[in-house]
This record gives sequence, structure tokens and C-alpha cells, in this order.
Amino acid sequence: MAVVGTERVKRGMAQMQKNGVIMDVVTAEQAKIAEAAGAVAVMALERVPSDIRAAGGVARMADPTIVEQVMKAVSIPVMAKCRIGHIVEARILESLGVDYIDESEVLTPADDKYHVNKREFTVPFVCGARDLGEALRRIAEGAAMIRTKGEPGTGNIVEAVKHIRMVQSQIRRVVSMSEDELVAESKEIGAPYELLLEIHRTGSLPVVNFAAGGVATPADAALMMELGSDGVFVGSGVFKSENPEKFGRAIVDATMNFKDYDLLAKISQGIGTPMKGIEMSTLSINERMAERGW
Amino acid sequence: MIGMILKIGILDVQGAVSEHAKSIRNIGAEPVLVKHPESLVEVHGLILPGGESTTLGTLIRKYGLYEPIRERARQGMPVFGTCAGLILLARKIEGQDDHHLDLMDITVNRNSFGRQRDSFEADIEFEGLSGAPFPGVFIRAPHIVTAGSDVQVLAMYQDRIVAARQGNLLAASFHPELTSDLRLHEYFKAVIERQCAAECV
Repeated sequence: MAVVGTERVKRGMAQMQKNGVIMDVVTAEQAKIAEAAGAVAVMALERVPSDIRAAGGVARMADPTIVEQVMKAVSIPVMAKCRIGHIVEARILESLGVDYIDESEVLTPADDKYHVNKREFTVPFVCGARDLGEALRRIAEGAAMIRTKGEPGTGNIVEAVKHIRMVQSQIRRVVSMSEDELVAESKEIGAPYELLLEIHRTGSLPVVNFAAGGVATPADAALMMELGSDGVFVGSGVFKSENPEKFGRAIVDATMNFKDYDLLAKISQGIGTPMKGIEMSTLSINERMAERGW
Repeated sequence: MIGMILKIGILDVQGAVSEHAKSIRNIGAEPVLVKHPESLVEVHGLILPGGESTTLGTLIRKYGLYEPIRERARQGMPVFGTCAGLILLARKIEGQDDHHLDLMDITVNRNSFGRQRDSFEADIEFEGLSGAPFPGVFIRAPHIVTAGSDVQVLAMYQDRIVAARQGNLLAASFHPELTSDLRLHEYFKAVIERQCAAECV
């Protein structure tokens, strides 16, 4: 008897993406460029985060036509975003056959209290997190993959660095605790005790953890790998750069060879200008997407 | 052979590398991460892990691993491909003009069980394995459509070939590295040991 949608096939799908780069695309042509550059998956969107930021208003799930065109254009997995808590957008994406759903703070949240109960779906989900408590709440809801939130559409890596460092240091802390301290820690960070106990014993998150939100250059991608990410999402960074083909390939090379500094020096040359970035202090609190989600 | 620790390489470009490394350690062999052609020299066998076959195929060419892997496999080095690794081994990929390593006389169909929502777990009867059926984890899995006369079919699922062997080459549609069942890694280790014994004579 075949069983679909098990925790193992959902988490396993993300494990197959490790050391890879997942690129945001808004057309079938961009999806083909991403695939040729060596992306392990594409995220089909109507607008990349920097354009969502510029456009303002309510950002929703992409038009299914775009998602279907991207799915037809490439053989690598296709992901798509639904609004936080928008159960029906998620069901529509599942029905379209997307391979992974990102319940994402890049879109305007549909629910101010609850995320989607991801365990009820056959399709796996990835969710953003700023710290261990948030990551484990999402995993408890059924997320099969975690990514840092960073600050999407800024081309500024500082927030993603803050988030991955926070998660790593909290994991180290949980590992070094005695078991009788874990209940208090569970209350402190708002994380389920059973998941903390699992981390205490295994020393790592039970799912793959990618970097996202602000990756703009090959060096940024390599930095996130250096800090312990399992792979990288690049949103606006590829197709808002001067030369997406070259830039995309360089980010893939940098992610897979993040410790080879001679190679990084070589591939960072002659790839054109990266996307224009935004300094964090110029963003007011309600312009920060990472604040969305609970 | 006795007392020697086998070194089993894992293609370390992208995908489920650490999972295979863990299984290899658990069968008492030493995992060697193969990112560059130089690391191939010291290994007794090589695992091509699950990942994205399009990405893996592009990058083994780019990183100069394509010819060295083919050459050693043709000289007899045992190779075990799981999921995307099976696609890399194949002579022909349905619906595509190109292929990757072209080592095994099989034609494969990619994502033949559907998209991710159709990914599944099922018990598999595996030729030559004793005990309970093998827990098959199929993730956007390929299957073998046709196999040459030298190819031994090792497992079928719903009338599709999901595991096979051709001499020193072993391939499975599913992911033994995502389970704690070590029998397929043990099976591969036995293939390597026989190969080493033959070469040492």
C-alpha cells in the first residue's frame, strides 16, 4: 500500500534540495534561465519581493496562470507562495500541483493569529523563522522545511545573518542544557517541549534550514552557507541584477563551493552590478516584512 | 581485505549527502565526500545521491567530475545511484536527447510517479534481501522503462522497475538513505568487497 504525504517524503523532498539555490522567477523564460544556471527549484511569483515592496498595497498568491506556465517550462521542482494563514490559497496551489508551498511573510498575511495547519496537506510547506521558537512553532504546524526570514527585497544580508546566528546559538544552548531545564526553555521561547528534546538529543533541527531574505551576491550566498545554512533562496537578487544568467550561475557556484575562496574571488568578477540595496535604518517597522508571522 | 576499512565516496555536489554518509558510517565503512576528481582516486566505490538530476548533471560536467567518474566506473569501480543518481547512470532519458554518465544500459522516465504531492512510501520486495520488505521512500521518483539483457532487475513496484544491477553498477528509484534500514548499503558494500577481492588477486 502506497502512503502519500508522509512526514518523511515531505521533509525528504527538502533534503534533496540541500546545497542548492532556489530562485524567484516571474515568467517561464526566467524559470528556464534559472534551471540552466543550476537552480534546484524555482519559486513562481507574480512579482519579486523588491517589486512587491515598491508596489505597496495587498500582496496575494500569484495568478495560477503564471504558476502553470512555470511548471510547464522546467523539470526542476516548482514552489509558490501563499499568504500566512490563507488555507484556500494553499489548497489552490496544492491543486495546481506545485511541489512546495512557501507560507510567506513576503505576501500580506491573511490571518493575524494563526498559520495554516500544514499537517493536513499532502504538499510540503516551507516557512520563515527569525529564531528557534518561531522555527519550532512552524515545524509543530507541519512545516517540512525552514528558512530564515531575513528582510526580503532589500538586497541587504544583515537580517538573514541575524536570524541564522540566532537559531544556531539557540540550538547550541538547548544542546548544552540539562533535560530538566528544557520545560522552562520551552515556555521561554514558545516552542513545543518534544521538539526541544529532539534537538537536545540530535544537536540539529529536524528539518532542512535554508537562508532567505536579502541574498544579493555570490559572497552573500557563501556567507549564509558558512554560517550553517543548508542552502539558499534568492529572491530579487538574480533577476534584479544587471546580468541574471551570469549572476545566477555565480550564486550557484558560490553556494556549492562556499569554502573555496580562490574560486569565490574568480566567480565574483565580471558578473555585473548586483541589485540596488536598502539600508535597514531607512525602513520603518511597518515596512519590515520579517515582522509578519507569529 | 580483512581489517581494511572500505572507503565509499559520495558525490558531494548537491542533495542528500550527509544522509548517505551516516548510513555508510553505520555499516562500518568510511564515507569520503567527492567534490573534486582527486578525491575519486582513494575510494573503493561511489554513491550518486538523490538531489536534482538536472542540477547534478550540469555541475558534474562543470566541476570536471564527468570523465573521471565514467573512466573509473568502466574500470570496475562499483557505483550506486539513488533516485537522481539512477538518472545520472542511465544510457537514455525518456523525452530528452541528452543523457548524463551513460554507464548503465537502461532507459529511465523522470518523475514517473507524478509531482511531489504524489511522492509516497511503500514496501518493496527486493531480490536477494532477506527478511522484511524494504521500506521504499519515493520522492518525485524515476523508474526504469527498459533494461538491457545484462541488467538484472532487483525490484518492481506497480509493474515498474525500481531497482536494478548491471555488474558493478547498482541503481534504485527510492531513497534508502532516508531510512534506518541499512540492507541496501550493506548490499552495495558486498559488491565493493567482491570487486576489491577480484582486483587484489
